[in-house]
Amino acid sequence: MSDYRRVLLEVKNLKKYFPLRHGFLGRGAGTVRAVDGVNLHILQGETLGLVGESGSGKTTAGRTILRAFNPTEGEIIFHLQDGPATDIAKLGSTELRAFRRHAQMIFQDPYSSLNPRMTVRDIIAEPLVAGGVAQGDEVDDRVREIARRCQLSLEHLRRYPHAFSGGQRQRIGIARALVVQPQFVVCDEPVSALDVSIQAQILNLLMDMQKEFGLTYLFVAHDLSVVEHVSDRVAVMYLGRLVEVAPTADLFYQPLHPYTEALMSAIPALDPDEVMKPVILEGEIPSPANPPSGCPFHPRCPYAQDVCKQDMPPLKEYKPGRFAACHFADQLSLKGALKS
Amino acid sequence: MGKGFDMTQITEAVDVTPRPTPPPSVIARDAEIKYYTASQFQLMWWKFKKHRLALIGMVILGIFVFIALFAEFLSPYTPGARTPNYLFGGPQGLHFVDADGNFHLRPFTYALSAAMDPETFLLEVKEDTSDPWPVYFFVKGDPYKMWGLIESDIHLFGVEEGHLHLLGTDQLGRDLLSRLFHATRTSLTIGVVGLFISFFLGLIIGGISGFFGGSIDEVIQRFIEFIRSIPTLPLWMALAASLPREWSPQRVYFTITILLGLLGWTHLARRVRGKLLSLREEDFVVAARIAGSSDARIIARHLLPSFLSYIIVDLSISFPYMILAETSLSFIGLGLRAPVISWGVLLQDAQNIQAIALYPWLFTPVAFVIISVMAFSFVGDGMRDAADPYSR
Repeated sequence: MSDYRRVLLEVKNLKKYFPLRHGFLGRGAGTVRAVDGVNLHILQGETLGLVGESGSGKTTAGRTILRAFNPTEGEIIFHLQDGPATDIAKLGSTELRAFRRHAQMIFQDPYSSLNPRMTVRDIIAEPLVAGGVAQGDEVDDRVREIARRCQLSLEHLRRYPHAFSGGQRQRIGIARALVVQPQFVVCDEPVSALDVSIQAQILNLLMDMQKEFGLTYLFVAHDLSVVEHVSDRVAVMYLGRLVEVAPTADLFYQPLHPYTEALMSAIPALDPDEVMKPVILEGEIPSPANPPSGCPFHPRCPYAQDVCKQDMPPLKEYKPGRFAACHFADQLSLKGALKS
Repeated sequence: MGKGFDMTQITEAVDVTPRPTPPPSVIARDAEIKYYTASQFQLMWWKFKKHRLALIGMVILGIFVFIALFAEFLSPYTPGARTPNYLFGGPQGLHFVDADGNFHLRPFTYALSAAMDPETFLLEVKEDTSDPWPVYFFVKGDPYKMWGLIESDIHLFGVEEGHLHLLGTDQLGRDLLSRLFHATRTSLTIGVVGLFISFFLGLIIGGISGFFGGSIDEVIQRFIEFIRSIPTLPLWMALAASLPREWSPQRVYFTITILLGLLGWTHLARRVRGKLLSLREEDFVVAARIAGSSDARIIARHLLPSFLSYIIVDLSISFPYMILAETSLSFIGLGLRAPVISWGVLLQDAQNIQAIALYPWLFTPVAFVIISVMAFSFVGDGMRDAADPYSR
């Protein structure tokens, strides 16, 4: 990866805790640490894949970065192309609303993310109208333009979401996110609710749009093959923390973190001769309300030593551009999904 | 295709129509488009129409509303008018065939005379077939003021000589049918007004509870639980008994309506809160927020339309409770009092064994209560099924 490219987004020590409430007046039943100290940066025009299993906090991280949730702690600094650096974690609600046009989101569920009571035209126009980006005829012009690019026809605009299939709905969602021409888009598992045949269409559309508008994506997903297809770099999340960040190819050839290795081994192989011995993880992902001591992965890690139970390994750069949070990242030789 | 053809044009041309659907006949296509562009309420109406009972209930309710609106005109007498020689008179039948067996197109009725059989002590009713009283449409009768505005003395039907009491008379000789029509107006308006008060309280308090959450929510919910834990009948009795006896019946009527509304909102508030809490987490609300919508816009454009249909359903279901509450309160003598006429007030006359044995027609208000409550339930049922046209 070229490091000459501009950094668009810097996330520093991002935390999002949800209070757990029980019983009368809900006093102190602990907190769920959904996102627990995430540091990452995303370069202008790249796609950063964010992967992890269910409950790892990747969706929460994506949503917190856009302030769909208010972060508990941390900074979310945008270096927009033509403007000063903005830490949106500190913005008040009016300034935040004004900022929204630069950062948008594409949702996982194409059914629940479109208001069934609005026409497609109104849905797509919402960011323009609500954010005060455009008025009058310009709204319709821009809606028509983005709808065309997202392969929706004009007559679709009069219809309601119930008239559309999952793939078409997802295109509506994409049109809504892109109509304000944002610089940054969080794609929250945009294809995981779709049929495999439709997935490719949507992914291609996303990649075309990226090329056309110079978009920067944070691509949240649990499907590694999808992530490999679209991402320039990949960040692996486990229990609210990043355990590894690396350029896509490097990560898939040789992961540095045992958790990444386990994830890789779970990708179904297309070639039946190429049998990869799966690394079976024991147990479930621990509860983020009660994370284990030391390295959060140690109860399930096949390589765990005593030190892992006590000390939390920090996310360190082991090779240029390759970060991992493991005490033995430079000693283990782990297998990736791809063979060199 | 000739030379110099641009490949990108191919993809463009293909992409414009996503997933081509097989071309059905033109009619089917029109129906499809109608469905695709149907708004929520159109979808709801289509679904509601399939519910036969609900449609019947709707028609019945329409009739009730019509009666309530035009009670003065529809009833043959004013509610206070007396027929002094016909106390506790039984229902007079309409006849088309006279005593000699001749058919008349214009219906007529006979005078009824009741006499106690000296041996069995049973009341014997005799029709005086010698003197038929023909029934006319749009007859001149007692003068009245429609809605307190329009003066008139034209009644939809009636007799010019003698008297016509299709449902009989009460102990003062007042026409039960006319009184029932006027009572329908009172009972329905009490339901509507009480419901509106409940509706606004429930919407606002439940809305605050659900939208802000946290400790505000906690306090409001405990308060609702407190109100709901009070047994209703003793509470009503206490409240109604505390109304000064010297208040005019109109004032009592007004106060009772407000009381019913003030006590009835808790159920609705809970529903609103629950719906808001679940809606707040819906992706399309998050999407609206990310799109830059203000709180006011989210509430007006996304939240309200989403749960309004549920609220309407709830209203139609809780309407019967209002009517029943009024009826039972008035029946035990704590609600409305004469000269205000409501279903409950009318039923006060039917409180003793004598009425059941001798004047069963005094019970006809019960039929109105039952029919209206059932009609509301059917309509509510149909609306509940139709409320979420997007359920798959």
